[in-house]
Amino acid sequence: MAGMPSAGLHPRETGLSPRWALILLALPVAAAIAGPFVLYPIFLMKALCFALFACAFNLLIGYVGLLSFGHAAFMGSAAYITAHVVKVWGFEPLAGVLAGTVVAALLGAVFGWLAIRRQGIYFAMITLALAQMIYFVALQAKFTGGEDGIQAVPRGHLLGIVDLDDPFAMYYFVLAVFLIGYAVIYRTIHSPFGQVLKAIRENEPRAVSLGYRTDRYKLLAFILSATLAGLAGSTKSLVFQLASLTDVEWQMSGEVVLMTLLGGLGTVFGPVVGAFIDVTMENYLAQYGSWVTVIQGVIFVICVLTFRRGVVGEIIHLARRVSPGRSEAPPPAAVAQTAPGE
Amino acid sequence: MMQGKTFLTAAAMVALGAVSALAQSAGPVKIGVLNDMSSLYADIGGKGSVVAAEMAVDDAGPVLGAKALIVSADHQNKPDIGSSIARQWYDQDGVDAITDVPTSSVALAVNEVAREKKRIALFTGPASSDLTGPKCNAYAAAWVYDTYSLAHVTGSAVVRSGGDTWFFITADYAFGHALERDTADVVKAAGGTVLGDVQVPLNTADFSSYLLQAQASKAKIIGLANAGGDTINSIKQGAEFGIAEGGQKFAALLVFITDVNSLGLKAAQGLQLTSPFYWDQNDETRAFSKRFADKVGHPPTFDQAGVYSAVTHYLKAVKAAGTKDPDKVMAEMRALPINDFMTKNGKLREDGRVIRDMYLFEVKKPAESKAPWDYYKLIQTVPGDQAYRPLDKGDCPLVKKG
Repeated sequence: MAGMPSAGLHPRETGLSPRWALILLALPVAAAIAGPFVLYPIFLMKALCFALFACAFNLLIGYVGLLSFGHAAFMGSAAYITAHVVKVWGFEPLAGVLAGTVVAALLGAVFGWLAIRRQGIYFAMITLALAQMIYFVALQAKFTGGEDGIQAVPRGHLLGIVDLDDPFAMYYFVLAVFLIGYAVIYRTIHSPFGQVLKAIRENEPRAVSLGYRTDRYKLLAFILSATLAGLAGSTKSLVFQLASLTDVEWQMSGEVVLMTLLGGLGTVFGPVVGAFIDVTMENYLAQYGSWVTVIQGVIFVICVLTFRRGVVGEIIHLARRVSPGRSEAPPPAAVAQTAPGE
Repeated sequence: MMQGKTFLTAAAMVALGAVSALAQSAGPVKIGVLNDMSSLYADIGGKGSVVAAEMAVDDAGPVLGAKALIVSADHQNKPDIGSSIARQWYDQDGVDAITDVPTSSVALAVNEVAREKKRIALFTGPASSDLTGPKCNAYAAAWVYDTYSLAHVTGSAVVRSGGDTWFFITADYAFGHALERDTADVVKAAGGTVLGDVQVPLNTADFSSYLLQAQASKAKIIGLANAGGDTINSIKQGAEFGIAEGGQKFAALLVFITDVNSLGLKAAQGLQLTSPFYWDQNDETRAFSKRFADKVGHPPTFDQAGVYSAVTHYLKAVKAAGTKDPDKVMAEMRALPINDFMTKNGKLREDGRVIRDMYLFEVKKPAESKAPWDYYKLIQTVPGDQAYRPLDKGDCPLVKKG
């Protein structure tokens, strides 16, 4: 675990008493619930979708050490499937989201099965190549509408009751989706399965020698990550009522790397922060036209040069330096409490 | 130590909130120029459209007691970016009307947002005739041109002069599809045949394989159902492939004056094109173009001129209605005749189509051009009621079947 700060609100990592951890957990949740009253709901929904996407990506890169460069394929294909089944086949929105997510999971199984056989740059290139195939399909297939994408996707009524055209209803739906996804990731990371993943990240041959079938673990993590990326894409297509090529383009795979690095690689909350920063930049810099990409590039370079752990990673690192005692030596009780579940 | 992190998170959330104080519909009239500022259509509209909108605002003077405001953004030719900007402008930033919006795929997305929010969209950039056809919207207007008029004016002129077999190189999105469809209809109606077509992704750098297909088709005319940088690239690379030597001719269905400038007269000479505006038509167009050129450095394209025309008419309608209420303003816009330097007695139809004269031009030979930007000569003026699709033929749900 050395070198990679792994932080969430978990007592053993933060050295906090459970009560504090609960309060800390409650604050962002409160902010998330109050959010749409202060901020533009669509902006928040977009940020939440990207946050989930980045978290899903981070599950692979941060905890298994696999750099996938094709995550846009999962996000995009799920978005297209959801948009199609909701618009053309008249699915109920939740069913639409599930359909998109399932397709992303299947795609993830295929991609993962092929890609995990290789490591490092080869892994990244295989995922990129496969993602480009999906991009080509999205560009050429009839149902995806080429450059137009699938437009005017109806948001519909959730379970036939809640009208999602109401921005607040839609926001809380997106928030719920995000929290479910986040909880799944959090639980995964802090499970025995997650421990094995981290072991693979640190030293795969050793994990093998300990008797773990690392390929199976990696494949499962890959599928999980793809599924959650798909969940994010499906939700996004309902938010914007649009599925377009932007979601499947390789730039999107790059952007998620940027978000994760910006927020903090291998931290539970980092990608969320990174996604918010990135979406905020995109939103508020839009008026500068062609300069947006330049500004983003400069910010990225500065981040990588000056705080490589990312925003959250750097804060955690700083906190550990300031009070090493608390974080490095958690009270024995806390260990005893959490150990069986880990 | 964790307080630090929480505090930061909380601070970030609060800061975000402060930035985006909710804008309301009170206050001055606000017009958003949404277009491509950085890519292949940036020359057609881009910053020049913003200048044109600002000129219109300056010329209109105070509207509802205050000068109108202009905001602008780059939609990067992506429907998702365009629709999210439009959404935010209408919802949050108090934008009353959005104008320009080149790239039909983006325009169709913005059109849906405008319909949903019941706010006004004045399209000068997009060409797809679907905007005033099946996708028509009571709050949108297609101001200067559409694929139907391009197809009818250029297409029939080319067929008349003997170009009766066609092969299409088509930009693979709403605009290209609409342009190819509308032109193919004209060609077939005039007794010609379409031998084939190829769909090309937007903003393609290498047209060689498509040009080879076009050559192999042996069609007399290679119809370019694309625009901007794509048209320039196809014609330039076509010259390298010896399209002209092979006896084939290009029919570029949508050409902006900036495209001719990029191509150069040597490559572009003899090209016939349809345009609702050319800077050197009369004293009024020359006067406007000179003012525009002083700010931007070149005469306006018809898109940029159209932005001025649309914003001017919109502000007139707001003044006449005495309110920004979109329903009342749209009613005024339909009632008032459109008159400005480029439009004479134009009329906004109920399907959103502005009816105006269209012109068939031919690009001059290098020897005929006396000054910079002296590129076109007029071949034919086509009155609006002949250039545009009849009201009852567009499948617009807003048009009552009589």
